[in-house]
Amino acid sequence: MSRRRALDTAAAVRAGELSAIEVLEEHLGAIEAAEGDVHAFNLVLADAARARAEEIDRQVAAGSDPGPLAGVPVALKDNLCTRGVATTCSSRILEGWVPPYDATVVERLRRAGAVVVGKTNLDEFAMGSSTENSAFGPTRNPLDLSLVPGGSSGGSAAAVAAGFATLGLGSDTGGSIRQPAALCGVVGAKPTYGLVSRYGLVAFASSLDQIGPFAVDVPDAAALLEVIAGHDPRDSTSLNAPAPSMLDGLSMGVDGLRVGVVSEMLEGVEPAAAAAVQDAAEALARVGARPDKASVPAAIYGLSAYYLIAPAEASSNLARYDGVRYGLRVDAPDVTAMFARTRAAGFGAEVKRRIMLGTYALSAGYYDAYYGRAQRVRTLIIRDFEEAYRSFDVLLAPTTPGPAFPLGAKVDDPLAMYMNDICTIPSNLAGHPAISVPWQAPGASLPVGVQVLAPALGEPVMFRVAAAIEALAPPRPEQGAGR
Amino acid sequence: MSEWETVIGLEVHCELRTATKLFCGCRNEFGAEPNTLVCPVCLGLPGSLPVLNRQAVELAMGIGLALHCQVKPSVFHRKNYFYPDMPKDYQVSQYDEPINVEGWLELPDGFRVGIVRAHMEEDTGKITHVGGGGRIHEAAHSLIDYNRAGVPLVEIVSAPDLRSAEGARAYVSELRSILVATGASDGKMEEGSLRVDANVSVRRPGEPFGTRCEIKNLNSLRSLGRAIEHEAERQVGVLEAGGTIAQETRHWDEAAGRTLSGRTKEQSEDYRYFQEPDLVPVAPDDDWLTGVAARLPLLPAARRDRLAEVTSMAGTEVATLVELGLDDLVVEAVGAGAEARVAVNRAANEVAANLSGLGNLTSASFAKVVRMESTGKLTPTQAKAVLAELLASGGDPEEVARDRGFEALAEDALAGVIDKVVADNPSEWERYVGGDDKVVQFFTGQVMKQTQGKANGAAVAAALRARAGRS
Amino acid sequence: MAGDHPGRPISRPDVVHVAHLARLELSDEEIDLFTGQLAAVLEHAADIAALDTDGVPPTSHPLPVRNVLREDVVVAGLQRDEVLAQAPAPEDNRFRVPRILGESP
Repeated sequence: MSRRRALDTAAAVRAGELSAIEVLEEHLGAIEAAEGDVHAFNLVLADAARARAEEIDRQVAAGSDPGPLAGVPVALKDNLCTRGVATTCSSRILEGWVPPYDATVVERLRRAGAVVVGKTNLDEFAMGSSTENSAFGPTRNPLDLSLVPGGSSGGSAAAVAAGFATLGLGSDTGGSIRQPAALCGVVGAKPTYGLVSRYGLVAFASSLDQIGPFAVDVPDAAALLEVIAGHDPRDSTSLNAPAPSMLDGLSMGVDGLRVGVVSEMLEGVEPAAAAAVQDAAEALARVGARPDKASVPAAIYGLSAYYLIAPAEASSNLARYDGVRYGLRVDAPDVTAMFARTRAAGFGAEVKRRIMLGTYALSAGYYDAYYGRAQRVRTLIIRDFEEAYRSFDVLLAPTTPGPAFPLGAKVDDPLAMYMNDICTIPSNLAGHPAISVPWQAPGASLPVGVQVLAPALGEPVMFRVAAAIEALAPPRPEQGAGR
Repeated sequence: MSEWETVIGLEVHCELRTATKLFCGCRNEFGAEPNTLVCPVCLGLPGSLPVLNRQAVELAMGIGLALHCQVKPSVFHRKNYFYPDMPKDYQVSQYDEPINVEGWLELPDGFRVGIVRAHMEEDTGKITHVGGGGRIHEAAHSLIDYNRAGVPLVEIVSAPDLRSAEGARAYVSELRSILVATGASDGKMEEGSLRVDANVSVRRPGEPFGTRCEIKNLNSLRSLGRAIEHEAERQVGVLEAGGTIAQETRHWDEAAGRTLSGRTKEQSEDYRYFQEPDLVPVAPDDDWLTGVAARLPLLPAARRDRLAEVTSMAGTEVATLVELGLDDLVVEAVGAGAEARVAVNRAANEVAANLSGLGNLTSASFAKVVRMESTGKLTPTQAKAVLAELLASGGDPEEVARDRGFEALAEDALAGVIDKVVADNPSEWERYVGGDDKVVQFFTGQVMKQTQGKANGAAVAAALRARAGRS
Repeated sequence: MAGDHPGRPISRPDVVHVAHLARLELSDEEIDLFTGQLAAVLEHAADIAALDTDGVPPTSHPLPVRNVLREDVVVAGLQRDEVLAQAPAPEDNRFRVPRILGESP
């Protein structure tokens, strides 16, 4: 199936050459054909999407411009608040909860003329790397239904990979956009911390969470990021600087750019993953870039620091789910028992594990040894990145240690599951942008991701290099769900 | 009890007089219909985020300056615990980097109480217990209203410098005056604008501090005083009987007149403080601080000093006038030439008794009345009457005096009237001239009648004597 | 001592205590399972205990932003019925909860 790019779709719709309804029906048809196998969605919004698409077509007919993403079908991770539409975070504790407000990114998407086709599945409260932690069943990888799509934004990645939507939004706290993008063979990016408003994103780890795009190619991802980025007065951590242009300079090429391959991130990963990065670096060299070895020594401590900081913040962010004001309530004779039973019934095992890990890391007597120390390690990682960026414009690394793995392979070993995030976590800790571009060596049955890392607000150069890698990547087999 | 010393430290929570809550644009208003002043942020709905209220920060800075604190760069922390009045099950507060530290408050008698810190935090919702007389222990269930959740608070923590219930009351009273003066609070303790927790312990003088108990949520000066006294006695009783004081939270039962133990907890709370990741630090620069300081009005202690100096008085009368907010009136009157003693008397008596009419009285008109009295243009009785009318309905003192016929008579007019009265009552006059003093009252009365009370009694008597050729 | 890795691994009583702090009612099996799993994660995290972080300030925020403030102006909030419509137990325009056994900490 040849995929129409978001930018092309929007241009055609705005010009009246293509109707938004037609575009939508194509995607709804794909959903009907394969969603039963893939389970990318918690909720498909067919009727609402049709109404929206019709409205866009009417606007075009009346001579007004619906916006830069006119008629483009978008899938939203189900931890983004959508007014009047259930937002569950794939958790029983929020089953049926309907937010009375839209997330800022959702507002911006609507203003840009996008058509929301549905809310996608995720690991519960964004905690996981396989979407197997969803309370509503896992999502399967459209490239091979026996494999995981990655997580936590597995649903959005799968939706884009399977052609259910042209674009997707996910959230990335330790790699939850980039890793599923790599496993599903699509593009996924995490922006600079603070570039995209978190207002309306159900919080997991506040100092790490960012919303970002899924797309079939780099320019589409850049276009989507451009629509959602920018200061929001409702988010105190939102950057008050003008968002850099994502699309300008995309095809400028990489001549003279210094590209650092992070040696620490090549260690311990599968050969396919390491090879993809080396091959990408060599390909870039052939078109004028200057690749070399780079080092971010403290990155090896990222996993440990992350698995103290993220659960600590999460344990606090998830305390509000207590059965009092919304969501699940399990009755009990007294309120403390009600809290404890509601939370026990409403949260899955991984969420409970992280809440307890986080509570422990913050508790009296352990703060300095765990959370306090992890925050210092974070500073070391930031310093090492700063040092590396003195010599390089961007850094390269694998996105994940290997390609998609079978469903059920790692569910019983939390630590093994956490290892998936080893290459993605450092960017979250530093607040830096990073993007995953699919790379499938000839003969390989599955793609892996090549990750481009850039300094804070380095999205322009990040997209530039990513676009170049994408253009140089070996051609991939035609995609379709199931194969 | 006399061989024992009571040691008291007070924590006062002050609700700030802002238009909106600390982190959202919901109205900050007492008494609204339940759950009508809420939004995703103050309800802690999933995905919501806090944004700090500038005015709340300024009021907090003002409080710090008024309490002679160092105002510092500060951050917010999360205080994590579960309770149904807490929408997020954590409270956004300040922990080890609060906005104000190390100040002091001077009581009217000159005693200085140390202020350890005054930090910002958000208020919780309100719980109503249903069944069991509305008390928590017997309630069947509870109902929660989140209108108050997110209201800005400043928590002011004193050093354990107070040594008596009396002193504690004076401290809270003075603090309240300061908070109202800075505009930070409306001072309405009965509405919960100010809430006091008292930490009380006892010791024999010279010994280290004893174990303290915290008495929470004392909402009037009266309960504060009674609770402290009772608690100190209770602790002394325990210690003298050979027991030890358990560190705990206690509650003042107004009806029973004693403190009651709160639920005993096996472990103390572990709040797991960490810096609030959804907010950024607050660092007031010098310009901002200077601006806030410049906008602070004269505070109670400075007012007392000023009034004492201007009137050459001291002590309780000065303190009372400042407490009633009448010092400006007196200071301006004296500045306009009024006699200090008279100004103070009229303010402390007539005006104080009629505070509701203060809006009708300008300081210029007050000054005028006082001057009219000191120069004899008005008798004390007349002056009081004029003041009463000004307080009731405003106006100009001279006009009011004229309308009531209080104008003092000119001297020759008085002579004319006396001539007439003497001429009309020859036989009485003969008796007076002959030495009958009692008759003077008759003549004074006649003169008063003729002048419709405008004559000054003393002046009339003097004129009559002179007329009669008597000294 | 501040900054040192606590000498002993997380124990079952620790997990029971933490579950209470976090208001999670766990079964005995869950407590056993979590004790093992958490111990493994914390063991792995002990590698950062070996790092010299003396004099390294903690990072709470990746951004060096200060003084983000809003003006003290009323903004329309939510309608009460919208809010109570989501409540598990609305009563008398408020949120009902079962007996609260203790005072607020």
